[in-house]
Amino acid sequence: MSAQPSNPALPATRTISRGRPRLSFSLWSVVAITVALVLALPVLVIFGHIFIPAGEVWEHLRQTVLADYVTNSLALLVGVGIGVLLIGVPVAWLVSMCEFPGRSIFQWALMLPLAMPAYIIAYTYTGMLDFSGPVQSLIRDLTGLGYGEYFFPEIRSLGGAMVMLMLVLYPYVYLLSRAAFLEQSVCVLEVSRTLGQGPFGGFRRVALPLARPAIIAGLTLALMEVLADYGTVAYFGISTFTTGVFRTWYGLGDPAAAAQLSAVLLTFVFILIVLERWSRAKARFHHTSRRYSTLPRYRLQGWKAAAAFTACLLPVVLGFLLPAAQLSIWAAQTTDHWMNARFAELVFNTFWLAVAAAVIAVVLALVLAYAKRMQGGTFTNLAVRVAGMGYAIPGTVIAIGVMIPFAAFDNALDGFMRDTFGLSTGLLLSGTVFALLFAYAVRFLAVSLQTVEAGLGKIQPSMDDAARSLGMRPLQTLTRVHLPIMRGTLLTALLLVFVDVLKELPATLILRPFDFNTLAVRAFELAGDERLAESSSAALAIVLVGLVPVILLSMTIGRSRPGQGAANQRPDAEADAPQKPLPMPAGTT
Amino acid sequence: MTQAATSNAAIQVTHTPLLELDNIDIGYDGTAVVHGVSLALPEGQIGCLLGPSGCGKTTLLRAIAGFEPVMRGVIHLGGRAVSEPGHTVPPERRGVGMVFQDFALFPHLSVADNIAFGIRDWSRDARTDRVQTLLKLVGLSGYGEAYPHALSGGQQQRIALARALAPKPALLLLDEPFSSMDVELRGDLAREVRRILRAEHTTAILVTHDQHEAFAFADRIAVIHQGRIAQWDTAYNLYHRPADRFVADFVGEGTLIPGMVCTEDRVDTAFGEIQGSMSEQLPPGTAVDVLVRPDDIAIDNEQGTVQTEILDKAFRGADFLYTLKLPDGISVLCIAPSHDNFVIGEHVRLRLDFTHLVVFSRGSGVDCPSV
Repeated sequence: MSAQPSNPALPATRTISRGRPRLSFSLWSVVAITVALVLALPVLVIFGHIFIPAGEVWEHLRQTVLADYVTNSLALLVGVGIGVLLIGVPVAWLVSMCEFPGRSIFQWALMLPLAMPAYIIAYTYTGMLDFSGPVQSLIRDLTGLGYGEYFFPEIRSLGGAMVMLMLVLYPYVYLLSRAAFLEQSVCVLEVSRTLGQGPFGGFRRVALPLARPAIIAGLTLALMEVLADYGTVAYFGISTFTTGVFRTWYGLGDPAAAAQLSAVLLTFVFILIVLERWSRAKARFHHTSRRYSTLPRYRLQGWKAAAAFTACLLPVVLGFLLPAAQLSIWAAQTTDHWMNARFAELVFNTFWLAVAAAVIAVVLALVLAYAKRMQGGTFTNLAVRVAGMGYAIPGTVIAIGVMIPFAAFDNALDGFMRDTFGLSTGLLLSGTVFALLFAYAVRFLAVSLQTVEAGLGKIQPSMDDAARSLGMRPLQTLTRVHLPIMRGTLLTALLLVFVDVLKELPATLILRPFDFNTLAVRAFELAGDERLAESSSAALAIVLVGLVPVILLSMTIGRSRPGQGAANQRPDAEADAPQKPLPMPAGTT
Repeated sequence: MTQAATSNAAIQVTHTPLLELDNIDIGYDGTAVVHGVSLALPEGQIGCLLGPSGCGKTTLLRAIAGFEPVMRGVIHLGGRAVSEPGHTVPPERRGVGMVFQDFALFPHLSVADNIAFGIRDWSRDARTDRVQTLLKLVGLSGYGEAYPHALSGGQQQRIALARALAPKPALLLLDEPFSSMDVELRGDLAREVRRILRAEHTTAILVTHDQHEAFAFADRIAVIHQGRIAQWDTAYNLYHRPADRFVADFVGEGTLIPGMVCTEDRVDTAFGEIQGSMSEQLPPGTAVDVLVRPDDIAIDNEQGTVQTEILDKAFRGADFLYTLKLPDGISVLCIAPSHDNFVIGEHVRLRLDFTHLVVFSRGSGVDCPSV
């Protein structure tokens, strides 16, 4: 069966960009293009440095460590990529298409590792598995062997980093492919069964090809996270691009070389972006039937059920339960480190920073997505695409790209004010929370944008037309029709950005104001000083807050899944249920 | 006022037209998909844009609503130019109601709130009154508190109609509103909607690809072919006086058979010489195609003059639609009452009941093959 269903029965739906051109042209598109340009500033700065003649430092880097950066980063991409696919897709299919003990718990529990930042899981496992950790101590106690007399894999290695990253990144693939499996109309699957395909044939020949765009989208997201990761590789002492940028910025003190290194890293990122766009453009799947009512699952029994159970249990245990338990134990042992006002302040700082960033990101996303929906011209679409690229760009790179122009502006303004009025303005942009929020907006706009765009996309264009023909101006249409319908989507977008900000490490490390700490920074610093137990409280706080959206998400999934009709007559849930089995998909569908 | 490709039957428009399209082109990215369309719809009349899918009828409707700009020409609504190149009055300021193919009811609002959506600046009492009136008119009193998802397709459709009618639009546009309905319901609904529109004295335009819907619904129908109006006329004239081969083919059933003009009311064909007032005066000797409708001929073994063989037949309840082969191999369609049950291969005789002859000169419009 071809993966490209160019189904003649498809209703000839107008694309939004074609159906709604040239209305209210100026304002919406001008705003969108402005927002996009401002958000593109850091990337433009980075790429601008490609054209600056390379200095001595760059030459030194090229001769010594650049090859290491490239090989290590590539190895991580390949290893983690394979890992997340092997974990994410099968478990997604199991929980969406099969029935076995624990399935209804696993379908949300498998998302738990989303709450676990890679650098936290990395140093938690290090604490557990290194020489003095409980596991090796137990081995020595049981066998009586001493140091070096037995084999134990070194966790602080490239392989270890791969495992850490895949354990926390597989949920991207899981979520998107699960959503894709659930969205597949029961009719299509039933057709495959009437044509002689058993459950696994149906999976391989129908469900998998149909879900492929979603799977690839999830994979690219995970891989972008791999390229962006700083905490894990820094902690494990692996030389990749991100650690290299840090070293060049702080150690060698050469912003230009750091920016040039960032530009090389960005080239990798753009290859991923192109890959993702290409695969999506190539495989644009529509659901030809809207019948979802009952999704009969294949009932697994005996060893099959046990295998499914284990397959789903392992990622949850390794990616969340085990490290969370270890963190809890450490936190319980170090209560005096977190039961104090200083820690409360840390939590408070982090919280409002994340809330502010989330609100900014969602508002900007709404403006951009709606401008695109309304206008759909080349420039607006391009602007939206540019603005949405930040998620692919590592926090380290964005931080450098923010720091260079902001510092230049501050210095120029300060110099001017000193010369003219004899007073110093100091740092207005760089080294303030503003720089941090700006960097978050650049980095995480994509998260809110994709969620909002997906939510908007599910509202038929005829809704807009209906509102307009009933006398609503575009902005009124947005507030009276789209926003109410998208309530759930907006909440999802807010939460996703919130949690991402909470977990964000490298950009915060570089851009935070003096003496301004977030939980992530604090946890990372303590862990780096080998004070693992003390760092656990901040880490655990991040994990716990990270759980909130996961829980909300799992509740929404339960509520809005197609075919969960009768019990729930909430109009909005019902209304978008046919198109929205999963409101989140990291917004990334 | 202009009448594009008008038929030979002149319909005099006596009132000032409420809607007037003057030679408009509509297109995307510089390519016109609607070409030189002109038509005028008097107040209170119900018009229809009929054509196969992809002919541009929905684009035309969306331009009237203000969703698409025009590249050329002018759209006048109530005497006001609402669309010109470079100037498009946005839909929310046109006072045009629209019913959508998928109804587009707002899922987050109750039925009553949906209907009241477009009249939110009316006083509370007036609003409530209007909603109740409309609910009654569409036969759904008591459904005000329900949410759209709880309604059947037909009910949703009537709510969509009520919502569009609430602000008392000067013009109501209906975009394939019956296409998602069961076929058996369409005719009833079309008549029902027509009744409601009459009750509200609404001028309306329906877009459809279904001629039966168009016949049941509209006072005048524009047959659209490849972005142009082929004919803007009454249903009767479309059937009996088609302006070109496309209309002859698209509306109703029929066959074009070759012939030769003999005199001003006679054509020589495979049936022999047939007589009737001709749609077009052509000099004797002109090669033509003559439109044969299934009701122009009748199976009559007693008085029939033309010998034919039954090639195929389709039972349609009240009648059979026979495909008959003439001696020279041409086949034609013929309707016969269903109590005359002939078998395939049987030889029967035909009686000719032509009153008028629809002829198309063979030199013209060869690009449009016959049925």
